Amino acid sequence: MTPELLAARRIVRRGQVLTVLGLLAAAAVYVIAIYFTPVEVRQGPAQKIFYVHAPAAWGALVAFAVVGLVSILYLWLQDERLDLFAASSAEVGIAFSLVMLTTGPIWGKTVWGTWWTWDARLTLTLFLFFLFVGYLALRAAVQDHGERARFSAVVGIMGLVLVPFIHLSVYLFRTLHPQPVLLKPSAPSMPPEMLRALLSGMAAFTVLYIGFVVLRYGLARLDNLREGAGDAV
Amino acid sequence: MAEFLRIAFAIAAKDIRLELRSRTALLSAIVFSALVLVVFNFARDPTALAAVDLAPSVLWVTFAFGAVIALNRAFYVERENAALDGILLAPVPRSALYVGKLFANLAFVGVVEAVALPLFVLFFNVDLGHALPGVLGVTALATVGFVAVGTIFSAMVVRTRFAELMLPVLLLPFMVPPLVGAVQVTAKLLAGRPLSEMMGWLRLLTLYDIGFVTLCILVFPAVVDE
Repeated sequence: MTPELLAARRIVRRGQVLTVLGLLAAAAVYVIAIYFTPVEVRQGPAQKIFYVHAPAAWGALVAFAVVGLVSILYLWLQDERLDLFAASSAEVGIAFSLVMLTTGPIWGKTVWGTWWTWDARLTLTLFLFFLFVGYLALRAAVQDHGERARFSAVVGIMGLVLVPFIHLSVYLFRTLHPQPVLLKPSAPSMPPEMLRALLSGMAAFTVLYIGFVVLRYGLARLDNLREGAGDAV
Repeated sequence: MAEFLRIAFAIAAKDIRLELRSRTALLSAIVFSALVLVVFNFARDPTALAAVDLAPSVLWVTFAFGAVIALNRAFYVERENAALDGILLAPVPRSALYVGKLFANLAFVGVVEAVALPLFVLFFNVDLGHALPGVLGVTALATVGFVAVGTIFSAMVVRTRFAELMLPVLLLPFMVPPLVGAVQVTAKLLAGRPLSEMMGWLRLLTLYDIGFVTLCILVFPAVVDE
């Protein structure tokens, strides 16, 4: 067994441990959100989905930022492992965006009375999802590993620059989406119990994100080793 | 700087000469844009919706699709006979190659838009009138932005399978901010709104142009270097 193989296996094992921890934490958050958090007066029980929706959106944004930043590092250092890491983050980002894009409409139907609206933030998070899809589609369509890494790094960086423009558009468009309740200049506008559920949800999803990415990255390393072994034979 | 621009213009001139001699890609893109306008005409119920309400979106969807078709060809010509390798062997900065390609693409997309705009006025009976200089200005502003992004993606997708499919999938998300801005400004221009209402969008479009042209020049070498 080569040291590379052992290293890759160790990464996979760490990823598995973190994923299990993240899943347990997420389960705990749902218990807190359902039984130990007050029901919002106007929105009723539908508001509970917020504790999944917002952390998932957070995870998707983190995944996106990681893809962009690691892409910059890749173009600088040209280390193949960075490319694999960015790709792993993009795959996990797709999963989190899908959670965000499915929980959002379920809440929207009860509170707004519509599954989907072409509100600025909805539209543009949908496009964030399309960016992930484009990034991975491009990877699938390039054969050469070096070329694949360079191309996807360029797309990752360009995507990162696109995000501020998305943000600007949100302010220019009249928006229906709830305004930020946590990251804003004044104090968070929610009762401490709700804030506790939201923050623990975000923490749980962060652990889950790291677990998924580490696991996926370890598998990508193993996959690379397998391909290399195939070439040697 | 003068030397840099000279190289960029030489590359753009080569592309334009090549296109003028064959004319296939450019003509196809023009005909395609005309067809999009015709299809839009049938997709609309004239008794339910006034042409002027739909006009800005029709115009910009047509420009966007026409541009994607025109951009597909940018690096396609360099793939045959490994022509790109020939250019890369020349002792010129990679970024000059990008800027040259950007100029050529702006010329192509500009021609497509210059044909599509009168057709749009004709088919949709839109009275551009005093709005014309404004519409031309916002068209230039938005086009520079998405053609800058499209040029770099076009260089990548020619090296992939399904190149013609891959370009729109990658490019359309990047086209959204310039398109949204352009549609908003065009609608306000056609409605005769004051300039102050458009300033936010115009700033966004300008920032997008500066940001992405700079970024593309910086990262382009990573796309072509082996």
